[in-house]
Amino acid sequence: MSAEQRVRRPLSADSPARRPLSAGSRVLAPFSRRAARVLERRVYGAYVVLRCADPDGPRPRAGQFYMLAARRWGGGDGERPFLPRAFSVLRSGADHERAFLIEDVGPGTHRLCELQAGEDLLLVGPLGLGFGAPEDARRPLLVGGGVGIAPLAIWQDELGGASALVGFRDAPRAEGARLLADARVATDDGSVGHRGLVTDLLREELDGDAHATVYACGPPAMLESVRVLCAARETPAQLALESGMACGFGACFGCVVPTRRGYIRLCVDGPVVDAAELETAMVAGMGH
Amino acid sequence: MNAHAAATPTELSGIELAHPIINGSGTFDAIAARRVFGDALIGQFPFAAFVSKTVTVAPREGNPPPRLWETPGGLINSIGLPNKGLRRYLAEDLPELAALPVPLIVNVMGFTGDEVVELVSAFSVRDEVAALELNVSCPNVETGLVMGADPGEVTALLRRVRPLTEKPLIVKLTPNATDVVAVARAAQDAGASAVSLINTIRGMALDPRTGHPWLGGTTGGVSGPAVRAVALAQVHAVARGVGIPIVAMGGVQNGRDALDLIMAGATVVAVGTESFRDPAAGTRISRELAALCENSSISRHGTPLNC
Ligand SMILES: Cc1cc2nc3c(=O)[nH]c(=O)nc-3n(C[C@H](O)[C@H](O)[C@H](O)COP(=O)(O)OP(=O)(O)OC[C@H]3O[C@@H](n4cnc5c(N)ncnc54)[C@H](O)[C@@H]3O)c2cc1C
Ligand SMILES: Cc1cc2nc3c(=O)[nH]c(=O)nc-3n(C[C@H](O)[C@H](O)[C@H](O)COP(=O)(O)O)c2cc1C
Ligand code: FES
Repeated sequence: MSAEQRVRRPLSADSPARRPLSAGSRVLAPFSRRAARVLERRVYGAYVVLRCADPDGPRPRAGQFYMLAARRWGGGDGERPFLPRAFSVLRSGADHERAFLIEDVGPGTHRLCELQAGEDLLLVGPLGLGFGAPEDARRPLLVGGGVGIAPLAIWQDELGGASALVGFRDAPRAEGARLLADARVATDDGSVGHRGLVTDLLREELDGDAHATVYACGPPAMLESVRVLCAARETPAQLALESGMACGFGACFGCVVPTRRGYIRLCVDGPVVDAAELETAMVAGMGH
Repeated sequence: MNAHAAATPTELSGIELAHPIINGSGTFDAIAARRVFGDALIGQFPFAAFVSKTVTVAPREGNPPPRLWETPGGLINSIGLPNKGLRRYLAEDLPELAALPVPLIVNVMGFTGDEVVELVSAFSVRDEVAALELNVSCPNVETGLVMGADPGEVTALLRRVRPLTEKPLIVKLTPNATDVVAVARAAQDAGASAVSLINTIRGMALDPRTGHPWLGGTTGGVSGPAVRAVALAQVHAVARGVGIPIVAMGGVQNGRDALDLIMAGATVVAVGTESFRDPAAGTRISRELAALCENSSISRHGTPLNC
């Protein structure tokens, strides 16, 4: 990116989007909410994977997401959830099967984690812009934190393999590493793999060979270290961010994150954003 | 219930609508939705008219995030009216919106009387625009009064802008006023073609971790089913106070909710927050409403309902 392109442009409410902020692309979503039958509910330590049938939906791109809800929705903690919740597609199989990886962190995820085979997921999607392929013969390097490994699994499938570095808080969460092929694992408490942060592993990898394109998804603090590490080595990085979303299709303007070009609606101009477009990956209201 | 009952064509201040369901301003972006859903959006457009998000003279980036907080049965938003400003809206968005299969209602807001004059004059000469909605939920920076909270402000404003356009002028009332009916009457007496209500109700949430305001704008506006009862009461009261048509909204989720507002006196019903849960909610609600009207013997003030 030239120095001129980096100059901060006047902030504008609408997505500038002449030149997309992410190298990725989208598959159009059918225009309505539809039911997708849950085929299987599987527990991976602290996470639940729901595999469902979506016969009326197109095959999504890696990095795209869906807004999910259940038929009984509401009446949980704080009389929530009311709005649907955003989830990256974890895997897209044959016969219109899609899978989602869910961590129970509040009333919406709690309700979704309860769903059993035979019940319906209500979904809108695929939404947003997904990952873009590496350029200049760079090797893809996947970096995931916690439930943020979800979009990396489908991307690893589509790339036909890629090195993966994943970090988790503890052993029950580290079970999620099984969703990726040959992942190097770090845990905060050292119970599995490297004791410490996944970004320790990333630093080591990039110091060995920085000719990579990094694809990362995880908590804001992790993404911010990935951004800083990659920027220092001029390694391109595509970050799948999160922000609070009400609609997922550009209707509410609630999901904005700041970029060098002003606020963008993460649901339509992300969630995958080129790291060079960000001054920070720390998103207000996200993370614990 | 007959899910395929014919929708009843409706008329709002001379604008022909295929059915009585439109969108609430700022709750559906047809241009973004076309990027996400493609031409299916045009073929299956869920509303009988499209109401734009509020347009201001100068571009606005909107409030800092976080902008959303979920409540029991509702949502608090502090979006802060982000928009590209009048000049770019006219050049970029209006031509795109002309591709929609329904009439376009442009919602505008000015921080001074002069700004409202500029906005109304600019849209008045554009054929793409069927009607204007005036969002008066903001302070007049000259008087410090919230335009829509004070009947005198509304009278003064409409006296200036009413003569500037032949297009219908809908005044969007704020529920954060002491006497909404008095404001509605002032609007009617100064030539408003219709009134719309309710806008969001001021609300607030604290970050459970810090105890500080969660929303980047400190306070925000509550919408969704949580405000439906308030909307019904205000629509009912305004309908008794004015004779001009009412565009009613606030927490509508299904045909029954829409019918309630029509029975309370509305001509047209707008759907806002429910579209966030299902982008095609407008279509479902208009079908449910048509089925209810076909099957019901309900009448308003003794006359059969035409909905
Ligand atoms: C594009 C995208 C992809 C995602 N992919 C995945 C995925 O693959 N797997 C996964 O598990 N998660 C994913 N998420 C995150 C997931 O959407 C959230 O965890 C979920 O919305 C939380 O909902 P909840 O009701 O369970 O929790 P909430 O109670 O909503 O809590 C989650 C966070 O929201 C905030 N919060 C708390 N109360 C409120 C309130 N009343 N209103 C607003 N905010 C509040 C707090 O910051 C809290 O930590 C993704 C998010 C995005 C944007
Ligand atoms: C996210 C959001 C943004 C809104 N933006 C606007 C706006 O720009 N201008 C306006 O007049 N009303 C705006 N509104 C108010 C709605 O048009 C409507 O009056 C209100 O939400 C009540 O209807 P509902 O409960 O069906 O959402 C907004 C509402 C929401 C939820
Ligand atoms: S979530 Fe509504 S605009 Fe992005």
